[in-house]
Amino acid sequence: MKSVRNHLSLVIALVSILFSLQLYFVVERSIDAYKKNLSNNYSVIAVSKESLATEDIKAMNKLIANVAELSPDNVIKRLNSDMKNTNIELLKLSLPKFYKLSLAYYPTPKEIKELREDLLKSKSITKIEDFSHSHDTVYKLLLLFKNVVSLFALVVLVVTVLLIFKELRIWQYKHNERMTIMALFGAPLWLRSAVLFRLAIVDALIASFVTLGSFVYLSSSPWILEQFNNIGINVIVFDILNDFLMILGVSVSISILLASLIVIGHKEEV
Amino acid sequence: MDKVIVAKDLSLSYSNNEVIINKVNFSIDSGSFVFITGASGSGKSTLLKSLFGALSFKHGSLVVGGVELNNISGKKLNFLRRHLGIVFQDYKLVREWSIDKNIMLPLLINGYMKNVANAQVDKLLKHVRLNHQSGKYPYELSGGEQQRVAMARALAHNPIIILADEPTGNLDEYSSQLIWNLLEGANNQLKTTVIVVTHNIPKNLNVTYRHLHIEYGSVHEIC
Repeated sequence: MKSVRNHLSLVIALVSILFSLQLYFVVERSIDAYKKNLSNNYSVIAVSKESLATEDIKAMNKLIANVAELSPDNVIKRLNSDMKNTNIELLKLSLPKFYKLSLAYYPTPKEIKELREDLLKSKSITKIEDFSHSHDTVYKLLLLFKNVVSLFALVVLVVTVLLIFKELRIWQYKHNERMTIMALFGAPLWLRSAVLFRLAIVDALIASFVTLGSFVYLSSSPWILEQFNNIGINVIVFDILNDFLMILGVSVSISILLASLIVIGHKEEV
Repeated sequence: MDKVIVAKDLSLSYSNNEVIINKVNFSIDSGSFVFITGASGSGKSTLLKSLFGALSFKHGSLVVGGVELNNISGKKLNFLRRHLGIVFQDYKLVREWSIDKNIMLPLLINGYMKNVANAQVDKLLKHVRLNHQSGKYPYELSGGEQQRVAMARALAHNPIIILADEPTGNLDEYSSQLIWNLLEGANNQLKTTVIVVTHNIPKNLNVTYRHLHIEYGSVHEIC
């Protein structure tokens, strides 16, 4: 029971740090996936007096991934009942050219503004429709969600780090006695610290597996999957192998850092 | 006879620069039994601490077991301590370790194989009459029993010097007698140098001993 208690204080602190960190990454990936979905459905319409080459339009701004010329046929179809074919051809020639620009990714409002300015630099382009109002609303909502989650993760991280520093004093006291006794019998530093580092690594492993287990459970939960499907995200937001390696790396690093702080802070008190 | 401890103009002080021991000169022969006495606060424990390098000093020279302690490196200090057996009034046992593991500590530090160390621990537990308590933790034993464990730990690796700081200070008569017998035995049979800091020298000892008394920062030879 005492041994479980010894592990529990560090394991809980580590799990809380790892959980907030992993949650941040999952949200980041979900938002990226959602942005990709949005960017696939989002495009800008440019109106030009004369015909422009696709490559010329692409060169205007790095954000432009694809350019497609919109056919005027749909508009003309509505009028063609009363018009002769020759008149229709003349009308086609006098109509401006419409281009649908697909973007490489979901842009920020600033990037949209820059894109608009770059396109309008061309003497041929007379009008841009960037649907900025609906874009801004969606973008701000995404940003708000991301910021709220980041803030939550940061608060958890700060509170946990403060708790760890408070616990550090207790651990220092607990390990100081054993390390002093070992030093009195001539144990080298590595031997004096071995118990501490072993404990730190075991705790880091336990915390990593607990976090991994929680996220594996959550990411395969039907309710969570349904929520992701509802907003059209089908990508893997939790990559078991890579995320576990990241969690393990962070967990072991924090534990080793704490153990090192205790070893450095050790004072022989006889 | 070889000198196992040699102090020359040794001055000891704490961090507030208050001088506790002032320019003392003494030497201790190998295999001798020495009592250091003095009033409370006279500096006898301070002197003992300096003998195992727990207190650094700025003035004079102190050689223990052939190792100069002035400005000693951590590595050299560890080497020296592996050849010392130290007993404290408050036992200094690792609470979360069994008494067997506590006794085994100096053996493992000195590189004994686990099976050899185990056999030595069994022998020592019998020697200090605690074989029936094997596997227990320090907090499960009485003060006298804990001090016998500390004695067994100090004897485990056949040290060249045993340094004991008021080893019977908190013990009843029976436990005190056992501790004195163990110290006598180490000195008589193993020829281990024994240095004991105490308030009272026991009357019925079977060893020839030397008595150093500390007063006003100086060391006086009593007998």
